[in-house]
Amino acid sequence: MGAGHAHRLYRHGHSPVHALPPHTKLAAVLAFVVVVVSTPREAMWAFAVYAGLLGLVAYTARVPAGFLLKRLLIEVPFVAFAVLLPFVAEGERVGVLGLSLSVNGLWGAWNVLAKGTLGVAASVLLASTTELRELLLGLQRLRLPPLLVQIASFMVRYGDVITDELRRMRIARESRGFEARGVRHWGVLAKSAGALFIRSYERGERVHLAMVSRGYAGSMPVIDEVTASRAQWSYALALPCAALVVCLLGWAL
Amino acid sequence: MHAPDGFINAPVSAVAGLAAAGAIAVSLRGARRELDEKTAPLAGLVAAFIFAVQMLNFPVGAGTSGHLLGGALAAILVGPYTGVLCVSVVLLMQAVLFADGGLTALGVNITTMAITTTIVAYALFRGLVTVLPRTRRSMTASAFVAALVSVPASAVVFTLLYAVGGTTDVSLGKVATAMVGVHVLIGVGEAVITALTVGAVVAVRPDLVHGARGLRQRLKLRVNGELVDAPDTSVPEPVPAAARSRRTLWITGLVTSLVLAGFVSFYASADPDGLEKVATDHGIDKKAEEHALADSPLADYGVEDVDDARLSGGLAGVLGVGATVVAGSGVFWVVRRRRTDDRRTDDRRTDDRADAGSPTDVSV
Repeated sequence: MGAGHAHRLYRHGHSPVHALPPHTKLAAVLAFVVVVVSTPREAMWAFAVYAGLLGLVAYTARVPAGFLLKRLLIEVPFVAFAVLLPFVAEGERVGVLGLSLSVNGLWGAWNVLAKGTLGVAASVLLASTTELRELLLGLQRLRLPPLLVQIASFMVRYGDVITDELRRMRIARESRGFEARGVRHWGVLAKSAGALFIRSYERGERVHLAMVSRGYAGSMPVIDEVTASRAQWSYALALPCAALVVCLLGWAL
Repeated sequence: MHAPDGFINAPVSAVAGLAAAGAIAVSLRGARRELDEKTAPLAGLVAAFIFAVQMLNFPVGAGTSGHLLGGALAAILVGPYTGVLCVSVVLLMQAVLFADGGLTALGVNITTMAITTTIVAYALFRGLVTVLPRTRRSMTASAFVAALVSVPASAVVFTLLYAVGGTTDVSLGKVATAMVGVHVLIGVGEAVITALTVGAVVAVRPDLVHGARGLRQRLKLRVNGELVDAPDTSVPEPVPAAARSRRTLWITGLVTSLVLAGFVSFYASADPDGLEKVATDHGIDKKAEEHALADSPLADYGVEDVDDARLSGGLAGVLGVGATVVAGSGVFWVVRRRRTDDRRTDDRRTDDRADAGSPTDVSV
């Protein structure tokens, strides 16, 4: 497997955030997102504080702002959806620049945009400071079913291999003068997909045989056991705890 | 269509998360029963395949292109349990690694995109394959229908979740129209691609297609340029023969009842039947209340908005037969399923006893 050992979002570094055990980071991000989602949307200042908190984490992790903002682009389809909301929602309407907008829709759009962006930013920060293998170990430490973690680890391990196979098929098609232009060419592409499935499935069988011949009996040995000290836990959970305080203030005010 | 955080409120997300966790637990057990310890590598590689095939762009024309969602394809190729696992793992990894879809919305995303599509597609596919003749073409047609319905079905489930826990007050009708409308279009593309892909796999390795188990061609030999059936050397199994005759019975019964309901009722008497006649004669029916479903589109055995009384009655008959067949075979399937499961556990118990007696316990 000559494929890279890190995923596209990972950013190598030696910051304190990188050094945290993965499961503490996963738990922290999950708790943070839950807190963000349950904040009332009328407390606009709370979301600004959340963004500040994430900025602080990014600064500690030495993730540049440009990198973070570029990764936020994945959200664009939902921004388009959010822009539509004020036009279609029900209720009281207000005139802005000659357009009749729904007040409720404006709040809804703000809600989706703010919470969605914060969620994506938190996930991006997690992915850019945690290696792939660590992430899977973290999921396992968080008591996800071992079989599910194994499936996920096989998926990420062979994802690049299968994608490369797809790329080689494309090159083979193109070098024979094929260019997919419209619906008429779907047959050829679907045959590629079918061939890819057969190759993936057969590779799975070979991988399984290779594993069995090396003593695999249904569970993977964990070589590097990661444990988190109390200090590390408290360091990681500082983010969701701060967010929780903000959230409670948001409900109270 | 990955929902982000904050799109569905926290309680409904939590409930969807619980539902997703339950479904995944059931699938884990089911997949392990099907694949044993092969589950992890095979399901992992199929998940990688789904992940890769979502990157395969299908040009629609005018510079736009779409891609496969893969729920229906996974269900047909590797079965419902493994299919749910594969698509769920892809969604999990997309949320954690690529920030595509919110972490709190993961339950919602898995419920709509992994569980609904897979189950709907597999149920439809199996249903159609059992009814249709066992050919490759009917395989492709079933895959088409299964994928076509699965995508709008997932949109419907999403709309339901939105109706319960949506954070914006958009009228439900608008959301439903927009979601289902768009997804019917997406579904057509998904259906074409899924059908073509399943057709391509069935042509080469029909044994790999989970939904096509039992579709086995007889071995043919070419003797002096002519295709001849190879002599059957294997021990004939009694079960398939029974199944085949039962299928003929099935199809005959279905066709007969459809003809009776749809065509013969065309000429049937519009007079009230015996009991109704007695009731009117004796004035019993004065107290009869309108049935609760009197407003339903099929009320009084006629289809609303179809003026011709006979045509309407026939159509209602056909629809009624269809609904009865679906409901009846659903119950039958569940019962038979449970019975075979019981038998299987019994078998396993006897196996265990046999294993316990053997001196060496080798698990391969």
